[in-house]
Amino acid sequence: MTGMGAGASMLQSLPVFGKIISVEEALTPVDIALKKKMADVALNAAKSGGASYADVRIGRYLNQVIATREKRVDNISNAESYGMGIRVLANGSWGFAATNNLDNDSIAKAAKIAVAIAKGNAKLMSEPVQLAPQKGFGEVSWKTPIEINAFEVPIADKVDLLLNVNNEAIKGGAKYINSNLFMVNEQKYFASTDGSYIDQDIHRIWPTFTLTKIDAAAGKFETRNALSAPMGMGFEYLKPLESEKIKGGPVTLYKKRYDILEDVREAAVHVDEKLKAKPIAPGKYDLVLDPSHLFLTIHESVGHPTELDRVLGYEANYAGTSFLTLDKWESKKFNFGSKEVNIVADKLEAGSLGSVGYDDEGVKCGKWDIIKDGILVNYQTIRDQAHILGLKESQGCCYADSWDSIQFQRMPNVSLSPGKVPLSAAEMVKNVEKGIYMFGRNSYSIDQQRYNFQFSAQLAYEIKEGKIVGMFKDAAYQANTQEFWNACVQRCDKTDYRLGGTFSDGKGQPGQASAVSHGSPTTRFNGINVINTGRKIS
Amino acid sequence: MAILSKEEAQAILKKVLSYAKADACEVSLNGSDGGNIRYARNAVSTAGQIDVMSLGVSATFGKKTGTATINEFDDASLQKVVKRAEELAMLAPENPEYMPPLGPQTFAESLTFNAKTAAMSPDTRADMVAKSLSVSKAADLEAAGFLENTTRFNSIMNSKGLFAYNKSTNVSFSVTMRNKQGTGSGYVDQDFNNLDKMDTLALSKIAASKANGSAGAKAIEPGKYTVILEPLAASDMLGNMFRGFDARSADEGRSFMSKKGGGTRLGEQLFSENVNIYSDPLNPEVPGSTWNGDGLPVTKTQWVQNGVVKNLSYSRYWASQKNVQPLPFSRSLVMEGGTQSLEDLIKSTEKGILVTRFWYIRMVDPQTLLLTGLTRDGTFYIENGEIKFPIKNFRFNESPVIMLNNVEALGKPVRTGSGLIPPMKIRDFTFSSLSDAI
Repeated sequence: MTGMGAGASMLQSLPVFGKIISVEEALTPVDIALKKKMADVALNAAKSGGASYADVRIGRYLNQVIATREKRVDNISNAESYGMGIRVLANGSWGFAATNNLDNDSIAKAAKIAVAIAKGNAKLMSEPVQLAPQKGFGEVSWKTPIEINAFEVPIADKVDLLLNVNNEAIKGGAKYINSNLFMVNEQKYFASTDGSYIDQDIHRIWPTFTLTKIDAAAGKFETRNALSAPMGMGFEYLKPLESEKIKGGPVTLYKKRYDILEDVREAAVHVDEKLKAKPIAPGKYDLVLDPSHLFLTIHESVGHPTELDRVLGYEANYAGTSFLTLDKWESKKFNFGSKEVNIVADKLEAGSLGSVGYDDEGVKCGKWDIIKDGILVNYQTIRDQAHILGLKESQGCCYADSWDSIQFQRMPNVSLSPGKVPLSAAEMVKNVEKGIYMFGRNSYSIDQQRYNFQFSAQLAYEIKEGKIVGMFKDAAYQANTQEFWNACVQRCDKTDYRLGGTFSDGKGQPGQASAVSHGSPTTRFNGINVINTGRKIS
Repeated sequence: MAILSKEEAQAILKKVLSYAKADACEVSLNGSDGGNIRYARNAVSTAGQIDVMSLGVSATFGKKTGTATINEFDDASLQKVVKRAEELAMLAPENPEYMPPLGPQTFAESLTFNAKTAAMSPDTRADMVAKSLSVSKAADLEAAGFLENTTRFNSIMNSKGLFAYNKSTNVSFSVTMRNKQGTGSGYVDQDFNNLDKMDTLALSKIAASKANGSAGAKAIEPGKYTVILEPLAASDMLGNMFRGFDARSADEGRSFMSKKGGGTRLGEQLFSENVNIYSDPLNPEVPGSTWNGDGLPVTKTQWVQNGVVKNLSYSRYWASQKNVQPLPFSRSLVMEGGTQSLEDLIKSTEKGILVTRFWYIRMVDPQTLLLTGLTRDGTFYIENGEIKFPIKNFRFNESPVIMLNNVEALGKPVRTGSGLIPPMKIRDFTFSSLSDAI
């Protein structure tokens, strides 16, 4: 905490590690034959050093960020991080080393360090690591199905789009507007002593903004963030399509195409409403939660507690453990939620952030139920923990955020399935007597075992006798996870289903970020406790 | 390789600048070298060793700046990175907030480096973790922990002749101990520049004692309570407040430091009179770098005196707009306290709650700095000057600004999280609901 990194702050406007490269360089992948050769050097060195298993990840991580504010560009960066991480199993213990020097000597040396670390730590193990079997796939590849590679779109076009967003905000009376566009391309090559050589090209994109208005006389300010979602897509996400919009409610909503100019125009109006909104009276309300909001509640209260490594105690010192202990799963009757609650883990869903062909330990990805008709039926796991669930193979949930990070269990897309009965959000609202209709993520907090949470939204509309009558301010709901999901009474149908997500789910020590999506339809929860968070400080 | 001496760094930086053709050029060279062990369920789960070094170049023509970074250091690569930064600068839009580089500055010698920490080996780390595991195993508890050591160097040079270099070390250790039934949990978290100060055995014993002491917690009603915050818990709250000591966001009207009707709350009594906060990079307990990324000297600065806001930090650009001197923030924060120990604070409390730490703190309202989060790893009920029993964890909704208006007593500061922070006794702290989490 002290004495760190002062000089690094010169570059702190760069959101990422690594070196800046030209667009042309970014678009030229590393030769696959060279990657195979380098991987074999590492695997052979590990084996000859005494490893019983080894895998290697050669990662080329490209990030482009464009950040603007009002009428100016704050930052354009185009960064690359390129190197190799080697993980080995020796004497029943894991070891890991990484290098960005990719000559044969440096690679072999890193493999030897990984083996030495594994052997050195073996004395601190209580039982050897048990790895679920995994067949080798030979030489295979996978790509995110994108239409427009965002890295190929000229920077000037992207800057123009964001400055247009800012102009619309200022025209709408905004005092401040920050707009950003984040683009990620992970070019990952995985090889293991099981005989896999897997080449993957993964793309993600996230356009976002924060619009601020000030009421100086009252000493107040309000903001509204974009209602976009980070997506596992190319630049096509930013090409609006009427068929991908949901209109008719208080907010225009977007499926797999986003209209950022329309959203910012609406945001300017929403902030005026927020400045004039009435403070909420605390009490019980029926909540109608839009997917742009509900995704984060799913992430925190369903995604994290069903991570098997948390259940077992591997995250006890940081993120915490889980209330969903193994006995609850073994009973086959733990009532996580109402019968409406069907939660699916899915590493395949098109457009999602978690979609890949293979995970970071060479397991082919799939889809499985976690909560079925309200009952806890499964978790999320990886090769060295699969045996604890009696599984013969991993569920493919292993991920590392960089070549120099150690891969470990990370959340797949965890989504609430849509209802089977046709129902739109507008129809759902009509039946609510006293409720709140919430959009967008805001403040979020949950305990280390995932029982007690508190969430607030970008927009909270009052529903009175089936009608939206105005906006509330200072509304946050608090609940116990199991009680909340048992209060789930109704889901809209698949035409309302949308993805939300995050680029930066944090876990592990040292901390790692991972990108994950959560799909849901608009969903109703009855009788949830809502508090008023307004305070005065002088 | 990754830790260069002052002379080695200076030589590379000079060479890089010699390739520059831009009107102005700023170069930074940073490296780190370190290792870690992570353990859980009383056994090592992962371990690794990583060293990295990178060079950044910012080249400017007029008010157009381009930045490029690289992690290769042969002459051709150094020339390439300068050329790339200059090319990007030509393409960049003008930055109306551009500030030309500073000329040479004088910096005090920092206290951030310790040779023994820098010399830590994988075996040293394994031994330190073995001590922690000996405690958990003897007490029949399950330990999950993390030990990491890092050595860094940071250096900058610019075309106006400024050069700054700093070398630092850090060793950090945290461990959570839980009983086998999952009904008790204890935690410690500590970091130092100097390895000699780190005692993983003694720290692990505290975590074990909290794990046993917190078992069988009783539920009490949420509401407003007098709390005694251990330094770690206090630091969790304050860390979120210190980020708001920024003049620009206050002037712009979007901070808790903004004044109704415009301007900032500089000079106002915002906290209790017993609140005094300063930063000092030369404080031997929490040493920090004596320069910041702009090349500005970082010196002792009073932020709050007797509850009055004495300073806000100003970037060079914002200072030029407001006709004041730029003032960098420092991480070497010291909140003054008294001489009382945590035990003394407990003894003087008729009814209250002792909080070991907070968890998952998030901003609810930036205008009032209202935060929410939960207690974790040891929360206890105090009555008549004694800890009576462990209690279930609470969610709180509270603002550190309100909290620092309700200060009853401050103990002796210790190094933790955000700086040198005292244990605090605070009245009317707002707990809003119960959590079943352990």
